[in-house]
Amino acid sequence: MMVSEQDLTALWITFRLAALTTVILLLIGTPLAWWLARSRWRYKFLLEAVVALPLVLPPTVLGFYLLIALGPHGPVGGLMERLGGQPLAFTFSGLVIGSVVYSLPFVVQPLQGAFAALGRRPLEVAATLRASPLDRFLTVAVPLARPGFLTATVLGFAHTLGEFGVVLMVGGNIPGSTQVISIAIYDHVETLEYTQAHWISGGLLLLSFILLMGVYALNHRFSLVQR
Amino acid sequence: MTIELRFVVNRGAFSLDVDLEIPSRGVTALFGPSGCGKTTLLRAIAGLEQSEEGYLSVAGTVWQDRHQFLAPHKRPLGYLFQEPSLFSHLTVRGNLEYGLKRLKSALHKVSLDQAVELLGIGQLLDRRPDQLSGGEQQRVAIARALAVSPELLLLDEPLAALDLARKQEILPYLESLHRELEIPLLYVSHSRDEVARLADHLVLLRAGRVEASGSVTALFSRLDLALAHEPDTGTVVEAVVGGYDESFELTHLNFSGGCFIVAGGPHPEGSRVRLQVLARDVSLTLERQTGTSILNIFAATVDEVVAEGGAQVTVRTLIGEVALLARITRKSAVELGLKVGKKVYLQVKSVALLS
Repeated sequence: MMVSEQDLTALWITFRLAALTTVILLLIGTPLAWWLARSRWRYKFLLEAVVALPLVLPPTVLGFYLLIALGPHGPVGGLMERLGGQPLAFTFSGLVIGSVVYSLPFVVQPLQGAFAALGRRPLEVAATLRASPLDRFLTVAVPLARPGFLTATVLGFAHTLGEFGVVLMVGGNIPGSTQVISIAIYDHVETLEYTQAHWISGGLLLLSFILLMGVYALNHRFSLVQR
Repeated sequence: MTIELRFVVNRGAFSLDVDLEIPSRGVTALFGPSGCGKTTLLRAIAGLEQSEEGYLSVAGTVWQDRHQFLAPHKRPLGYLFQEPSLFSHLTVRGNLEYGLKRLKSALHKVSLDQAVELLGIGQLLDRRPDQLSGGEQQRVAIARALAVSPELLLLDEPLAALDLARKQEILPYLESLHRELEIPLLYVSHSRDEVARLADHLVLLRAGRVEASGSVTALFSRLDLALAHEPDTGTVVEAVVGGYDESFELTHLNFSGGCFIVAGGPHPEGSRVRLQVLARDVSLTLERQTGTSILNIFAATVDEVVAEGGAQVTVRTLIGEVALLARITRKSAVELGLKVGKKVYLQVKSVALLS
């Protein structure tokens, strides 16, 4: 057996984490990206900078602050404790929160770009054709921004798959609970189990390539259809 | 029944301040140079433009005043943008049905079939917008705007983005719209020709203010407006097809001051037509010329003479009630002794049948 049971569990946790994170990010990111693309608020750039922070920040920095926030003495973890729950540090829920923050720009930015590229015209046309604001968002903006949604979904998913620093800080590498595949690879290398590291790394490399290739191929086709 | 509107819009250096009453039937053209506020006014009427002050009532129903603002999607109007702006993710049929589906069935006055037939797009229904030519796209856009059975149709230079051939393709459809539907049209244009062909009522805009508002025939012949001082200035005359001279292939067009004889035809007798007479095609004589090749000669009275600067003057003359402009040299005006009230004969070298 090239891949151990523990590795398979880590793989499963990673996929669950990436899928859940992507769904949450699409739910949060869509209205946020819409607002960023359309708002004329003077201080919008502040929010744009915050959204982009995870792009440049060392994941350990992000993970460190998240650990403090989610821990028993942090604002979020403390609140959870007072509400009768448990602190979020070193739990799967904590991982999800960390991943959502970490992958935020990878979902918001493609969506914001796609919404901005629409311009106001298609929505104004829809308005003069009796469509209410929500109606025109769902029936005009979303279908026309389809390439942006595809890019956002795949980037959000793939980026979460490859996460290391944040999950290590927030999750603490607990096998079966918060150990994800990238950390499992690290552990294999640490213990000189190069064969296992090869198998998993090669698999992830192939998967990431296929995902990205799919996005670019599909978006190329969409763009041909659209203009 | 009229459309009453008052809008004040401030956008930095540009401001729009209009107070207008226009007929709620026929075609009203908003005419003026680019940047005069035509499009802004149209967008304000559609509720797409924020205004500092706004009042709008259409045929007795208030759409907007100080206390209420009907959202754009609740205003019973159709809007045709400069570019066709079809939804690229829908087929032609999907585009046409988009507005129709959102309309209460009690409000369906124009059927989809009627709109499709009027614009001649039956063959295109299953195509996607990117498979259509520019002219076809604009025809679909017109049908799409009609399919919501608007009480008012707003058109923002729908021909501006098209080349001459495409313009010639669309214009007849716009004219038939005018004839076959009872929908008032508000038409933004900076083309004299389009206005002369399509409009009944004309609103002249200049730098965000209304310069004049009135019938096309009246405004085209007013010498106090810039419209009468362009190189291709002309007057528009409403006429009725009288008879057809088969032996010479000429059509007689009766107007209140007499009869124009134009080449071509036959046209259906009794149908209403519109003529344009360019000022440079009209010359003046003191006596009725005989032995001339010119067919259209009318007795008229000089109403006004305005110098154009340089060698030219523009003379406004009246054939009964109908005004025609003549562009002649200042020298001729002096030699003929032209002054208000003087009897002259107009020789019209050429007449253009617009519709």
